[in-house]
Amino acid sequence: MDKLDTELKKTCIDSRHLQLEKAPLPESGILIGWLRQMLLIREFEVRTMQAYQNRLIGGFCHVYIGQEAVAVGSIASLNLDDPIVLAYRCHGHALVRGMDPKYCMAEMFGRIGGCAKGKGGSMHMFDAPHHLYGGHGIVGAQTPLGTGLAFATKYEDEVLEDGKSSHVTLCYLGDGALNQGAFYEAMNLAGLFNLPVIFVLENNRYSMGTSIERGTTMANELHTKSDAHGIEHAIVDGKDVLSLYQSFKSIVDWCRTESRPFFVEAQTYRYKGHSMSDPRKYRTQEEEAREDEVDCIARLEKFLCQEHDVTPDGIKQLTRQVKTQVREAVEWAKESPETPMEELYKDVYVDHWGPFTGTSKPQMMQDEPQ
Amino acid sequence: MSERIIEFREALCEAMSEEMRTDQKVFLLGEEVAQYNGAYKISKGMLDEFGPRRVIDTPISESGFSGMAIGAAMRGLRPIVEFMSWSFSLVAADPILNNAAKMLYMSGGQFGCPIVFRGNDGAGGQLGSTHSWCIESLYANVPGLKMAIPYDAYDAKGLLKTAIRDDNPVFFLESERLLSITGHVPEEDYTVPFGQALIRRQGADCTIISFGRPLYFCQEAAIELAKEGIDCEIIDGRTIRPLDIETMVTSVKKTNACVVVDQSWSFASIGSEVASQIHRYCFDDLDNFVHRVHSDDVPTPYASNLEQAYLPNTRKICEAVRGATYNT
Repeated sequence: MDKLDTELKKTCIDSRHLQLEKAPLPESGILIGWLRQMLLIREFEVRTMQAYQNRLIGGFCHVYIGQEAVAVGSIASLNLDDPIVLAYRCHGHALVRGMDPKYCMAEMFGRIGGCAKGKGGSMHMFDAPHHLYGGHGIVGAQTPLGTGLAFATKYEDEVLEDGKSSHVTLCYLGDGALNQGAFYEAMNLAGLFNLPVIFVLENNRYSMGTSIERGTTMANELHTKSDAHGIEHAIVDGKDVLSLYQSFKSIVDWCRTESRPFFVEAQTYRYKGHSMSDPRKYRTQEEEAREDEVDCIARLEKFLCQEHDVTPDGIKQLTRQVKTQVREAVEWAKESPETPMEELYKDVYVDHWGPFTGTSKPQMMQDEPQ
Repeated sequence: MSERIIEFREALCEAMSEEMRTDQKVFLLGEEVAQYNGAYKISKGMLDEFGPRRVIDTPISESGFSGMAIGAAMRGLRPIVEFMSWSFSLVAADPILNNAAKMLYMSGGQFGCPIVFRGNDGAGGQLGSTHSWCIESLYANVPGLKMAIPYDAYDAKGLLKTAIRDDNPVFFLESERLLSITGHVPEEDYTVPFGQALIRRQGADCTIISFGRPLYFCQEAAIELAKEGIDCEIIDGRTIRPLDIETMVTSVKKTNACVVVDQSWSFASIGSEVASQIHRYCFDDLDNFVHRVHSDDVPTPYASNLEQAYLPNTRKICEAVRGATYNT
């Protein structure tokens, strides 16, 4: 953490060929909104684990508890129409991007009300109206897609609109994806074609049960990975939403102006196991306790109470609000009908042929049209 | 209407260029497609006409540029991805099978993938085992994609235009050995629809069903067999997904005998699928079981004599037809 501490003390981001001033913080109403989002994710994930244990959710399920600040601070730095693409630990980002928790929960319940009509599941949250291009289950597979989304926005802006590239794509990956070939191909293409994509490494230090030191060469100098592709980099504290936002805002603005990629390592920790079936025997309780002490939500609460006249009572009220919201989402998901049999052959092809019955939009898009 | 004779590769180029003129969302990317004018000169002249933003050279990075194109297609652009050879698509199996083919389903109808992957499929000439893949049987197993295999210049253009206009991912399988053949291609705009097989030769005694390059071996075999008094009907399936089984069944109900010629390996293949469906729908019409001709069940050999013996050649087709019609 020494290196991270050094980085954080600076008021600017020092990359290879670049120095960026960190952006100022927004006003307190927005900061309180961030706290609410982080509380919402945590409550949502707690109820997700309960629902999983009660067998309302099946398959693989990965919760985001501990990493909330990364999604909140990074997405806050984007415009609403900037694309986002994710790996499989994707519930938190979907909520921050604006997906109503009820569609997210119903998706995991495998119900027709889910964002993907119950056909995607926990690892595959998609939300077209909010420019969320999916959680993706194969480690690293989303990184070429992120490059492609940035390629597309640039093509749209420059070729179709005859203007200047004006969008930035956020492409998230875990530290496990650092060892997949697809990521290096994605970085090479992004660098080569000057694509405005930010690869956001959420380094929670474990790919399933393998610590980063056991799986990744140069684990303490991950910037070497992006250096090799001529891509600028930054390290941010993934547990401090404020400094994370300040860095991200500058980086997003730079990528938008320059139409160039970036690699950001957010150092964080997942409090729970890789998935619901993981007993976490590969790490010590001491390590977990040490990480627990630096909780991203507690840090923001403390900051808001000290600097922005937020009271413990105010925080309790926020907590009550999100508990109600998530409880209602769970109830809504339970009441959403099972995905009907006619959906089995729908959405395979856009058109009707043979047994295939074309495609239709999920309820989420009818409720919230683009 | 006067005959306009052009090469198969020119027909492909015309299809792409015409679609790119009418729809700015269409663009071409792949290895050597731009400055080199295409490894097989299919995209010759396209860089000059459309510029480097729409005719894009990629590094040798199939997984990366396939995934990149799929990401672009999710936003509604319509990429054409050229694989120098479908053999090289194996390193892009995850994006093309997991992402392109399944995106619409997994997103519950939110994100489609209007993309064309095209390139050479099948044995070239002594390219050895890794460069001679026939990927149709491997990939056609996956729902969500469409697959077309053109036989001549006319179909190459008409099917490729249909592929580019299709809102689904289309796997378009060309043959290096057919790129220089010539044929009539009309001046005016036309398309060839998917899922409509074509009877390439009328006959009464045996139906031969095939796709792409092996159809030429089927034609040779039919000429040979006609000398023996066996009158073959040849059906060009044109597309594998969708498969026009109706046209095939109608023919077999007439001839009562069927041979399927498929250039991929026999086990769990296009040939076995077509044969299975013919057995099902023509159970009472067949005088014999459906005979199948494939590449031999071994890696593609380099040595010329072995490679020739390995392919679904005229000799093998003749033997299969004689067997299916009890003329052994």
